[in-house]
Amino acid sequence: MIKESTLNPDNASFRKIVPAGDYFLHRIEKGQTLRILDLEGNQAADTLFYNADDVSERYSAMDTIRNQGNVYLSAGTTLMSNEDNPMLDIVADTCGRHDTLGGACATESNTVRYALEKKCMHACRDSWMLAINEHEEFGLTKSDITHNINFFMNVPVTPEGGLTFEDGISDAGKYVELTARMNILVLISNCPQLNNPCNAYNPTPVEVLIWG
Amino acid sequence: MSDYQLGDTLYEDTLGGGCHWSMRVRKGTLLTLTNVKGGANLGLLMYNPENLLEKYNAPDTLKCQHTFRLTQGHCLYSDMGRVFASIVEDDCAWHDTVCGNLNKKQLQEKWTLKTYQDALNGWTQNGYDAFLVELAKYGLTRKDMAANLNLFSKVTTDSQGNLRYEPNSKPGDSVVLRFEMDTLVLMHTCPHPLNPAAEYPVRPVHYALAKAKEVQPDDECMNSRPENIRGFKNNAIYQFSGQ
Repeated sequence: MIKESTLNPDNASFRKIVPAGDYFLHRIEKGQTLRILDLEGNQAADTLFYNADDVSERYSAMDTIRNQGNVYLSAGTTLMSNEDNPMLDIVADTCGRHDTLGGACATESNTVRYALEKKCMHACRDSWMLAINEHEEFGLTKSDITHNINFFMNVPVTPEGGLTFEDGISDAGKYVELTARMNILVLISNCPQLNNPCNAYNPTPVEVLIWG
Repeated sequence: MSDYQLGDTLYEDTLGGGCHWSMRVRKGTLLTLTNVKGGANLGLLMYNPENLLEKYNAPDTLKCQHTFRLTQGHCLYSDMGRVFASIVEDDCAWHDTVCGNLNKKQLQEKWTLKTYQDALNGWTQNGYDAFLVELAKYGLTRKDMAANLNLFSKVTTDSQGNLRYEPNSKPGDSVVLRFEMDTLVLMHTCPHPLNPAAEYPVRPVHYALAKAKEVQPDDECMNSRPENIRGFKNNAIYQFSGQ
């Protein structure tokens, strides 16, 4: 569902541009609103959320889609945790549909999807691995790196049970906005993938804005 | 007996409805799961016993094979680009891997919660707690719980992405998994979270272990997609078997 935000970027309390191939790890407080902005279009932002006060509680794709009875995320979706608690609400979305089935790229899954020779190409999971080791203070380990959201990515499921990867429906300036219902750690990999159309073979920066 | 089986069944047992168990399964083992009375659900998770951080990865399994449903010909991938198991035979044509488990609170909202104190062996165990118990046996925690398979359960989507549970399994339906690497298997027979039954369904699953015939060059699962040829190659590199 397309829903525009009423928030003004000039009033944001935090703004940061995240280049493709980098990660973004940040704490937001309950009640704050986070926007991820697709600056140049067709970019995938692979995102994980944790309860900032106990990271073993985290975003659960299964609980989220089961709770809403639908596999796509958009305005009106509540992101649920593995303990079935509401973590964040998607309060605005100018893209209309986001994927949470396809997971993130990893060097190992790249070998299966594309070619064994591509194993050393940069991948989202490598960004996350660096994030957890550069920030031991959060207590995150590989066990915490799991089934994510691909903001701005278009992965339609067919009624016959197929899964297709299609050109993004995002465009320059489209965004998704979420309000936190608990204290949250957000971990984004701005996807470096060069082998599929999830970012139009041209990884570009996203911007993160926070209000409140 | 499965066409993929070599010799006699070596072990078999039945998990009653609402039960859980775990076991290490060696490479080259065939696991035949049978929905004895129909209407069962088998929650399944897989880990590498040599490195418990390597686990079944539903997103990779789906995206590597461009599928939402899992059935014969598909491979079940770890997060490390390797194949834990191949679905070599299947009577059901559709298994779910995105709906997860019920926890105790959700079960209580859906059905009458029967505690152990009140109902003893007739209690209403939930899939989430069932996995927590099995995970803890190996030092694993809720952090290690991934999106699981729900074998024998079919969940479709419409063009808008809305989920629909469809009754799918008949008494006696089987699915046969061939393990392509040593695997720690966790399973439960708790009901699927979207099962609309009026009362908590208690449905057993029979399981049988046997040796599998060697994977042939024209193997259906390995050759069903170029991705799976590469997945098997990753297994061969890992096992240094030169396959």
